[in-house]
Amino acid sequence: MIPDAARHEWYPVAMLSELAPSFAQDTVLLGERLRISRDAPDLPIRITGPDGARCAVATRYGHLWTSPGGPKAGLFEIPEAAQPGRRFVDCGAVRVRCSPLRAVENFLDVAHFPFVHTDILGAEPHTEVERYDVQVREESDEVWATKVRFFQPMAARSAEGGIVTDYAYRVPTPTVALLYKTCPPRPEERDVIAIFVQPLAEDLCDVWPWMALFDDTTPQADLVQFQQMIFLQDRSILENQIPRLLPLDPGLETPTRADLTSVAYRRWLKKRGYTYGAQTVPA
Amino acid sequence: MTVLLYDHVLSPNCYKARLMARLAGVPLETVAVNAYPGREHLSEESLARNPAGTLPVLVDGDLILTETQAILVYLAQGSRWMGAAGPATAATVQGWLAFSARLTSSLGVARAHDMLRKPADIAAARSEGTLCLREIEARLVEQRLRGQGFLAGADPTIADVACFPHVALAPDGGVTLDPYPAIRLWMRAIRGLDGFIEMPGIHRRHDLTPEPQPAVTA
Repeated sequence: MIPDAARHEWYPVAMLSELAPSFAQDTVLLGERLRISRDAPDLPIRITGPDGARCAVATRYGHLWTSPGGPKAGLFEIPEAAQPGRRFVDCGAVRVRCSPLRAVENFLDVAHFPFVHTDILGAEPHTEVERYDVQVREESDEVWATKVRFFQPMAARSAEGGIVTDYAYRVPTPTVALLYKTCPPRPEERDVIAIFVQPLAEDLCDVWPWMALFDDTTPQADLVQFQQMIFLQDRSILENQIPRLLPLDPGLETPTRADLTSVAYRRWLKKRGYTYGAQTVPA
Repeated sequence: MTVLLYDHVLSPNCYKARLMARLAGVPLETVAVNAYPGREHLSEESLARNPAGTLPVLVDGDLILTETQAILVYLAQGSRWMGAAGPATAATVQGWLAFSARLTSSLGVARAHDMLRKPADIAAARSEGTLCLREIEARLVEQRLRGQGFLAGADPTIADVACFPHVALAPDGGVTLDPYPAIRLWMRAIRGLDGFIEMPGIHRRHDLTPEPQPAVTA
């Protein structure tokens, strides 16, 4: 049984560049089988649920989106996606045996950089996460973390040497997280890196990384592989997290100041009643 | 002349070539190929270089090598990484190089299925992978009783480099390494080698990096 709160959110279900002009294929979302099809190249894509009912369709940010119960609102905006000069990088799905919410929470965490992404996104002894700001923005009902600063030996494919990188994080919908970070070639702009998470089951998900960068020189293959390298370093950690479902209630864990984003994310999920992939009864 | 490696960061076979080059001290220039999701390894240009459409591909001047084991031999030739002199060791090394292909078609297939959604008979792949792991575990236990820590002798060779990545990444394909203590010791030894490099899913040994803080002196 899918909780109502989960049925009305937007989810990615395919990468647009992977879809043939006409096709029919199945995918799984929240444990239910969906049929995705396009009968002819000039027709719109159709998504139908297990009962044959038509689902909402959106084609943006390089991916195909749907909302099985009908969306509460339009697909969230990424204003940077309309900015001229950005390069969009689809990275393909990586399947992870973990809660979709854990995939998002890990993406929001900075403290693991020196240990999991050693010499790339972090390095010992620069392990301290300085104080940063976290809020749930009321007008948009999104989780935001801002003024996150961290020393990085190789912040991006386009970075030369170590820099202190400024980050902001944004969670517009429970299974999507974006980060905005210092853009080495364009200091006045910020690179956008996102993960779009497709929950297959409460403990299994496909993660679609996506980027919108200012970088005119790096070959596409290098950009894709840089992001895949980073995400694959996370995968083995995610698959070993216990408990498998994300606890929403304070329990045995003792969060530190560095975990403020995670704490806000869990509270925000609880307030929305978003329990798919969450541990609702404390262990 | 630069040695070029057409490379994919997620591929264990490409990692073997990168790791071997670093261990043997051979400078290598990598060219990223967007094999996933871009399927660039099947482009016209890639197929002209390697009709099999596989990665890695090593190019050194006129020489093009498309088989991982051949690439390892090329990078390690003339070094101690080929193993001790003598027919028995040379043949043992060759045996394990051939064995490594079984790892690719079992543990490698399970990993591509679980991680990159590649269709496969997952139960068969895991079961064959488990048999391979048992063979390696048995070999390493016997080697230890002889006082030797690696597959083909007391020192690591290309045989270890050929088998290590798919073994270390077995959990990516849903195959646990918990029952194999000799394999875990062997992996620890390989991860501690001078010149060892990581790939996503195979982490470095943090206990080998310098202490983050200077020791407190009295």
